[in-house]
Amino acid sequence: MKHTINLLVENNVGSLLRIAGMFSGRGFNIDSISVGASEEEGLSRMTIVTHGDDEIIEQINKQLNKCINVVKVFDLTGEAFVHRELALIKVQATPVERSEIMQIVEVFRAKIIDLSPTALTVEATGTEDKISAIISMLQPFGLKAVSRTGRIALKREFQGVTV
Amino acid sequence: MLVTSSPEVEKSSTDEKMTAPQILTGAEIFLESLVHEGVDTVFGYPGGALISLYDYIFKETRLRHLLVTHEQGGTHAADGYARATGKPGIVLVTSGPGATNTVTGIATAFMDSVPMVVFTGQVPSHMIGNDAFQEADILGITRPITKHSYLATNVDELADIIHKAFHIAVTGRPGPVLVDLPKDMLASKTAYFPATDVELRGYKPTVKGSFKQVRNAAKFLQGAKKPVVYVGGGAILSNAAEEVTEFARKLNAPVTMTLLGLGAFPETDDLSLGMLGMHGTWYANKAVDDCDLLIAVGARFDDRVTGNLEKFSPNSKKMQIDIDPSCIGKNVPVDLPIVGDVKSVLEELNPVVEKCDSDEWLQEIAQWKKDHPLRYAKNENVLKPQQVIEELSIATKGNAIIASDVGQHQMWIAQWYKFTQPRSHLSSGGLGTMGFGVPAALGAQVACPDRTVVGIVGDGGFQMTSMEIATAVRYSIPVKFVILNNGYLGMVRQWQELFFDKRYSNTHLNPSNPDFKKLAESYGAFALQVKTLDELRDAFDKMMAVTDRPVVLDVIVDQQEKVYPMIPANGSFENILEADV
Repeated sequence: MKHTINLLVENNVGSLLRIAGMFSGRGFNIDSISVGASEEEGLSRMTIVTHGDDEIIEQINKQLNKCINVVKVFDLTGEAFVHRELALIKVQATPVERSEIMQIVEVFRAKIIDLSPTALTVEATGTEDKISAIISMLQPFGLKAVSRTGRIALKREFQGVTV
Repeated sequence: MLVTSSPEVEKSSTDEKMTAPQILTGAEIFLESLVHEGVDTVFGYPGGALISLYDYIFKETRLRHLLVTHEQGGTHAADGYARATGKPGIVLVTSGPGATNTVTGIATAFMDSVPMVVFTGQVPSHMIGNDAFQEADILGITRPITKHSYLATNVDELADIIHKAFHIAVTGRPGPVLVDLPKDMLASKTAYFPATDVELRGYKPTVKGSFKQVRNAAKFLQGAKKPVVYVGGGAILSNAAEEVTEFARKLNAPVTMTLLGLGAFPETDDLSLGMLGMHGTWYANKAVDDCDLLIAVGARFDDRVTGNLEKFSPNSKKMQIDIDPSCIGKNVPVDLPIVGDVKSVLEELNPVVEKCDSDEWLQEIAQWKKDHPLRYAKNENVLKPQQVIEELSIATKGNAIIASDVGQHQMWIAQWYKFTQPRSHLSSGGLGTMGFGVPAALGAQVACPDRTVVGIVGDGGFQMTSMEIATAVRYSIPVKFVILNNGYLGMVRQWQELFFDKRYSNTHLNPSNPDFKKLAESYGAFALQVKTLDELRDAFDKMMAVTDRPVVLDVIVDQQEKVYPMIPANGSFENILEADV
């Protein structure tokens, strides 16, 4: 089963490597990992998407807790949480194709953030499904480059409410 | 007014003098911090990145620096020191090759949860990453085999980092911590304040077992008719031998120990089943197979203990006490887990433990012990390795510290030396490191000058680290080494004989083995070669009388002897092989 795990880690040299190395050293899967600053100085927030049976997931949580510079581990799975991924997609686009691409971009509520005579770059945010969907819609035009952040996630403040 | 010296003014100026911080170099702060942490011994080897630090060590009188012969030996010696005392072992090596040579020793300590702090020199900060001379990314290399590690680039943080490193190494589930010391940091100066507080937000080990869970445990234990206590290295690490013994006696339950648990419960006690697992006793394995209640105390259900997990102790309810939550339920599902330090949990649990109705079970076990004892066939023409261990057990009255290497002799020590005290059996269990025995014995002898310390090693492993005899000679350390010399890599040979149709691929060491007596003598050790029982007894007498230098006994033993009982890898009790005697 897929699990989304949120970590607060001390922002030291090697923190990311310690965590990523623990996953590879113990044969755990990383579907995506994303890391950046958190609300507190000196701490980074990391979102890891992984999968495995219940025993593996239990070990992953315990092993993460064992890392000295991991301050907090929340497995969001089973809780209400919001999650997003950001993607930048550079698509080949002749002036003729542009308007068709812009329609797709609008449907997905994405944005065009760079434009040249032969290509344009789309910024899309949303769930992984949505990102994958827009990418497959843009593919026929010719993808020059795709950069996806992987999932970032936070627990919902009101656990009973879904939007 | 200004010239009159009022008492207040005088007092405050003295205070100021006393509290004014000293301005010290990183190298000096390093040494101050070690003294502050109570370190008395450092196992080290100098080199370019540490020359300035070694200049301070030249003048240092508050702690002892032992120059080892190889950095790997240094880490194993520090490991032996730590296992024998419970205090962290300290290693100091230079950058690059000095650092990489510690890798096996660090991994050995990591697998067996031995507290150790390894300090490595590093090239100057501005050169890190430049492929500088003697540069290695030792933090990167050792990340998966250290409990934690630090790169100390800022001299202002050095005292704090060292304090944290010691705290992490000895608390919770202990383990090795590495601190990398760039050369320029060691030379820069700052005000030194001894570090006292530790603030590690991500590290708060659970020591005390939950009150509720301990109460549940007392109930859980009731009603068992066939209990077994299964004790691991965690009981030794938490200094809980007394509590384990009290627990087993109150519960009226037999006790089996893992390789690393030996010494946690006296093997001379009727309740002892000796070691369990692949080369454990028949009756220990039978008891675990048959029991209705299995209580794991600081043990982690290692594959050398369980064999085939599906068939391991199939009829028992299981309880597990461990300080590391990740060890609970990792291999075997547990009905009642308690996270906490073994000693602390048993202190809570012992007062509420009730005696089990296990008399019938104990009688049954007594019969098994009679019917299936540990055994081997003696032979008048050749010494049997088991016999050598038995004789040593007698010669040292079971009171020596025994360090082993890895292989057949390691199992024979576990089977035949009757350990009665904790921290007396030092063995690389998890990693199974050949070359561990010689330096670990050396380190233990340094730590315990008043005890007899014997390193028992095979002829293969001996040659991996035998150069540390030079260290023992250098410091007049009277550590004893007994080589069980069968001219083979015996354990691999045994598997080849049993499972590979006697194709002895690359396991025969004769005739290329050196003359170990001459080799040892060339270092300045006292050495004897032994072939008969009479010579052996005489050699043990002579060995015990030497107090000013190391001793090496080259004991020629039967080449064919195998370790039994044996449960082949991934087997279960039904597959147990016994000695054909």
